[in-house]
Amino acid sequence: MSDRRLVVISAGLSQPSSTRLLADRLTEATAAELAARGHTAQVEVVELRDLAHAVVDATLTGFPTGALADAIAAITAADGIIAVTPIYTASYSGLFKSFVDILDKDALAGVPVLLGATGGTPRHSLAIDFALRPLFGYLHADVTGTSVFAATDDWADAGGDQTNPLPERIRRAGRELAETVADREPSAPVGLYDAVPSFEQLLGGA
Amino acid sequence: MQFGIFTVSDVTTDPTTGRTPDDTERVRNILTIARHADEAGLDVFATGEHHNPPFVASSPTTMLGYLAGVTKNITLSTATTLITTNDPVRIAEEYAMLQVISDGRMDLMLGRGNTGPVYPWFGQDIRQGLPLAVENYALVRRLWEEEVVDWSGKFRTPLQGFTSTPRPLDGVPPFVWHGSIRTPEIAEQAAFYGDGFLHNAIFWPMSHTKQMVRYYRQRYEHHGHGRADQAIVGLGGQVFIRKDAQKARDEFRPYFDNAPVYGHGPSMEDFTRETPLTVGSPQQVIDRYGKFREEVGDYQRQLFLIDHAGLPLKTVLEQIDLLAEEVVPVLRREAESARPAHVPANPPTHAERVAAARAAGQVHTQTVAAGDHWTGKTAEDDLEAAQAATPAARPGAAFGL
Repeated sequence: MSDRRLVVISAGLSQPSSTRLLADRLTEATAAELAARGHTAQVEVVELRDLAHAVVDATLTGFPTGALADAIAAITAADGIIAVTPIYTASYSGLFKSFVDILDKDALAGVPVLLGATGGTPRHSLAIDFALRPLFGYLHADVTGTSVFAATDDWADAGGDQTNPLPERIRRAGRELAETVADREPSAPVGLYDAVPSFEQLLGGA
Repeated sequence: MQFGIFTVSDVTTDPTTGRTPDDTERVRNILTIARHADEAGLDVFATGEHHNPPFVASSPTTMLGYLAGVTKNITLSTATTLITTNDPVRIAEEYAMLQVISDGRMDLMLGRGNTGPVYPWFGQDIRQGLPLAVENYALVRRLWEEEVVDWSGKFRTPLQGFTSTPRPLDGVPPFVWHGSIRTPEIAEQAAFYGDGFLHNAIFWPMSHTKQMVRYYRQRYEHHGHGRADQAIVGLGGQVFIRKDAQKARDEFRPYFDNAPVYGHGPSMEDFTRETPLTVGSPQQVIDRYGKFREEVGDYQRQLFLIDHAGLPLKTVLEQIDLLAEEVVPVLRREAESARPAHVPANPPTHAERVAAARAAGQVHTQTVAAGDHWTGKTAEDDLEAAQAATPAARPGAAFGL
């Protein structure tokens, strides 16, 4: 029995937000599957809406402050990440991308990530695959095979996908993330000073 | 403790008047600012090095060489000299020349530079920034410390029998600082050589600065140069002062709000909270900067950026007076009264470095004068001379032609 740190990034803007709703459902599914494997999920939710000004400031000044710095530190120390964005204009939202842009380029390397997205119509379903996956691939994240797109109709009993309904896809994605996270030792966050080569090594490499 | 100013040499429109100085005016203003800092009794003037508009300080040694002639007491330095894109041979030569001209009233700070295109403009690759900094500085040191150098490395053509001139003043090279914002390897480099480390904290929270300085101090001790608290530390900061704090805030706000580096982003209040930027009365600057010692330990040099964001020359000169008259004497007194006896008050002067070198048994010799085969009228003359020179007759001149 050991703890696993999950950090949930939600880029929804409205209150309440269907993006946050999907993020919560994915988190519950993952936590339940982790519990079934004998692990307790420690969940921290990062609502990008609350950090919007800080994100822009960090983009301009080059350093994150306050709650944004805390959020980035949490992500750097996470064992698994659930990232959910609304799809605007055929891609992730600008706020979501701006937040990802200020992460250290190695912050997500090797970290298990479950991707989710919401949109008004199922015709955006592939946005995760053509927009989000390449982004997280560039960051060397370990993205689970299943990601979840929830269109407006998916939240209705009668609408959405009858063959592969939303709850089923959420369960499957949660299971995949939980398996990946459970298989690994809890991560120790890598600090700026943890792996600095000694100067003899630096000279040798020159 | 030393207190001084540094310029990044930005040419910025004054947002209150819409007026932009041209490059000539800005260069002359910087010279005026440096002379005024000397007259006001500040300890250091340092200039950055940039090769792209809107910055004008492309040639630090030209500027500092002139200033060496027209100032009396102030230490002349750089902030920073680009160790990655300058030829290390030229760095060794130019700064030795500056050292001789200024009679040792200088030091220099090395940095890798933060402007991507500068690397290819000077034939380098930014992805090699760290290895360049390591190799180039190692060569600079050899050129200063050894009279005849045979060298080969990854990044420039090899040297056979090369002597860098002029030889360092009294046979002792200038004191060197290494500036880095978030690269522990550079703190490690400074620590390895027992050089100074400056953290230019102007865009960073103190929590970060503190960690960088602590790392450098630990490694300084590890490499055997003294105790951690004896390492030579400098900080960068920025202030705007008026006797009345509210007047200071009102006057500086348009400059802050429109500055290329922080304008249109966080509020001045937010930025002030997160960084060393202090806008207010002399006492507020004293209160803020007096506390940095508690964060990073007793340190030797505090540099202030005061001529940025399009502030007019008259205002900058007033800032120098306020610093020199109202702020620095108090900060210096506080720092001095708190400093343990075993911690150096200042970075080492040239005279101290000479004394230390003599105590360590290093004798100042200069035996490089030899027959000059190298000033022929044509390149072919030099080639013949090179072929005529035998290695036995000319130590270090080993041409396998």
